[in-house]
Amino acid sequence: MKWIRARFNYLFKSTKGLILVGIALASLVSAFFGMLSGPMADWGIKDVIVRIFGIDLVEAEREGRLVILYHVIAMIVVAIETYMITGLLEMKENLKVLINSTITAGYLAALFGGLPFAYWGHVWAFHGIYIAGLSLVFFAGCVLLYALWPWRKEYRVTDNSYAHTKKGVPLERSAFFAMASATIISALFGAIPGSAFGNGFTVFLAENVVRTPHKSVLDLSIIGHLHIMLALIAICCALIIGRWMDFKGIWHKLAMPMMIVGSLVLAMGTWLVVPFETAAHAIIYGGSTIAMLGALFLVIFSWRKLIREGLAQGGIQKGSFAQKISALLRDPLKFGATWQMVFMNFTVSGVGIFTAVKLDEIFRQWQFMDERSILTGHWHILATLTATILLMYYADLAGLKGKARQWFGWLLIIFSDLAFGAVTIYEMRRLITPEATQQPLVNTTTLLGDIGLITVLLVLAALMVWRLTDLFKKKGRWSVESSQARLESPEVEK
Amino acid sequence: MKKLLLCLVASFLLASCKPVDLNAAVPVFDTAVDPESWAKIPSGEFLKGQFNEEAVIEYDYEMMVTDVTNAQYAAFLNEALASNDAIKDNKLIVGPYPGDTFNGYRHEEEIPAGNYLYIDIIDPALRLNFDGNTFSAKAGYENHPMTMVSWFGARAYCEYYGWRLPSEVEWEKAARGTDGRPFPWGEKITRNIANFTFSRDPFEDMSAYGSNTTPVGFYNGKSYAGYQTLNNASPYGLYDMAGNVWQWTGNVYPDQHYRYMRGGSKNLYENTLRVWVTNNATPTFTSPAVGFRCARSGQE
Repeated sequence: MKWIRARFNYLFKSTKGLILVGIALASLVSAFFGMLSGPMADWGIKDVIVRIFGIDLVEAEREGRLVILYHVIAMIVVAIETYMITGLLEMKENLKVLINSTITAGYLAALFGGLPFAYWGHVWAFHGIYIAGLSLVFFAGCVLLYALWPWRKEYRVTDNSYAHTKKGVPLERSAFFAMASATIISALFGAIPGSAFGNGFTVFLAENVVRTPHKSVLDLSIIGHLHIMLALIAICCALIIGRWMDFKGIWHKLAMPMMIVGSLVLAMGTWLVVPFETAAHAIIYGGSTIAMLGALFLVIFSWRKLIREGLAQGGIQKGSFAQKISALLRDPLKFGATWQMVFMNFTVSGVGIFTAVKLDEIFRQWQFMDERSILTGHWHILATLTATILLMYYADLAGLKGKARQWFGWLLIIFSDLAFGAVTIYEMRRLITPEATQQPLVNTTTLLGDIGLITVLLVLAALMVWRLTDLFKKKGRWSVESSQARLESPEVEK
Repeated sequence: MKKLLLCLVASFLLASCKPVDLNAAVPVFDTAVDPESWAKIPSGEFLKGQFNEEAVIEYDYEMMVTDVTNAQYAAFLNEALASNDAIKDNKLIVGPYPGDTFNGYRHEEEIPAGNYLYIDIIDPALRLNFDGNTFSAKAGYENHPMTMVSWFGARAYCEYYGWRLPSEVEWEKAARGTDGRPFPWGEKITRNIANFTFSRDPFEDMSAYGSNTTPVGFYNGKSYAGYQTLNNASPYGLYDMAGNVWQWTGNVYPDQHYRYMRGGSKNLYENTLRVWVTNNATPTFTSPAVGFRCARSGQE
């Protein structure tokens, strides 16, 4: 009993334990329900899974199932990011406990209520548990806002290396606060139409209505909601990585106002989709460009820092270009976290901007199914790239060192980028080859995408197995992490 | 071991990069389904759309049992060119269209009266031969659905014979009957019941030309060279109302120039074969995965 209680306390009371549980559950959900997807159907795996687990796949309810599945995964990711925030930033202990416990109960209720309701018949009690779970996550977000309040005297910054106002209000904390505020309000843009659609099964996927000229207010609200939530999760990720890197100095001072303004303008743009769809797009472009500039400054800062530290470790004062590159690539986890942000420009932002600019000239000349392929690829890549960045941070927190760190980091970078690059080419294939001659390109990109994603899942599984076996040791890493009240970060150490 | 693995991956990638041969020989099968036949769809209520809204069509109408074939379309072109209902304009076959009302709505493109594309004669994906005077179907493709045809070309075919393209609602009722089923044959989709991306039919060669069309009415329960099909006829006896090729429908909606298609295609996953799923494109769009069939009598 004592053995179980000790592990339970680690997994559900310590920050690192909570993150581990979140990642493990997100991995399990993705792996299990991924077996119901297209390629798995071709290999016969879907049929076997459906039969063994008695899954009830009603054709008309596919979109509803996916909406619930996406929300379950999103709630886990939001919880993981929240644990990281409460572990990295100073806040009152009682608030931290309240936030972490509420959001944990929330995402677990969403998971264990939502998925049975979506995939195993419609017991309405499960739907109620799912909605209660989402509400708890929302409530935890409200408490987080209160805990983050950047104008409290105790959080004033005195170190000039970090961006702050004349009165010492920390701009980084303000950026977290702005992002969290925008997230809370944006959640309502999904919750209100969600309530109107009622049971969750008379729903639609936003990518299916992009060419519909007249959309209802609720349709527009949902379209705005899904865009902003993913963008805010990505901005939150960038802020967390900044804390991990001890982001400071001139780049920090330039980046933080941009993160604040970018989050708010971007959010406002997506909210304005409802009343002013055309004008809203221009505001969204403006907000995302500002936020992306903030992320660019983080990349510049972190790469300069990695080079500086790498050279110093090798005892080199002023290295050659090759030595600087070698120093930059020395730690794949720290390099990879920001490299993925750069790569995002090629596979997400660049593609998105090009599509928007050439929409009528090129993409609306194609059939709708080809345009839809770009849209779904676009946000799948954004979501998964963000997840790989968070995984790199977790691998560092978990204490991955030496060769294992090198293998994990590089396999994650190379194979995730291989997959995302292949998917990008797949979704833009009409620019490269006519439909009649597309098959070799489809075959190659599908194969490379599958190889990339399977490798990423295997690497992630290896990390999870390593941490699982650690739980069976009497004095494993878990016992040390149990006693760590905060995530190790320069700010906490200060 | 590492080298062997690398060689295997490289060989696989090279094999998958093999160029497409659009003139590769295809198997020839007689499905015994007559593409000249029509099915009657009686008036009355049915369940429409993904969420089974109650709808009614207050007239009887007929729809072609199969998609229009290459052979049928070649015959039409020969007749229409002779009667000047279709015009050869350099490398295109075009024909007249009276134009749409244009409201200048966001993303809407104007379609004024004029001549519009039916087919592009020199498109390598076209399954028709043209000797300068006469069209004929390419060998082996006579009973495959006519593809690479624009909405204008599909409409012209139907109207030439006094018929019309079905409206979306007519198409859907013909596909699913009155019981709200998601597929023309029932509730579930399996590999051998329609031509979609996983059908593994004798016309699929992923390393050569990819997922190809199947002859119209191919999935009728017969066995073809060891490939046992299941019968995919709709409640009214229409074949291929899911899979093989998308089918143009006739509606022209206000504030947009897009024309809508139904039925899913050979290139796509099974969820796009559900009867309520729509695709759309500009009316001049052509594709190896888009065809059509006609409706007649009755009116919406």
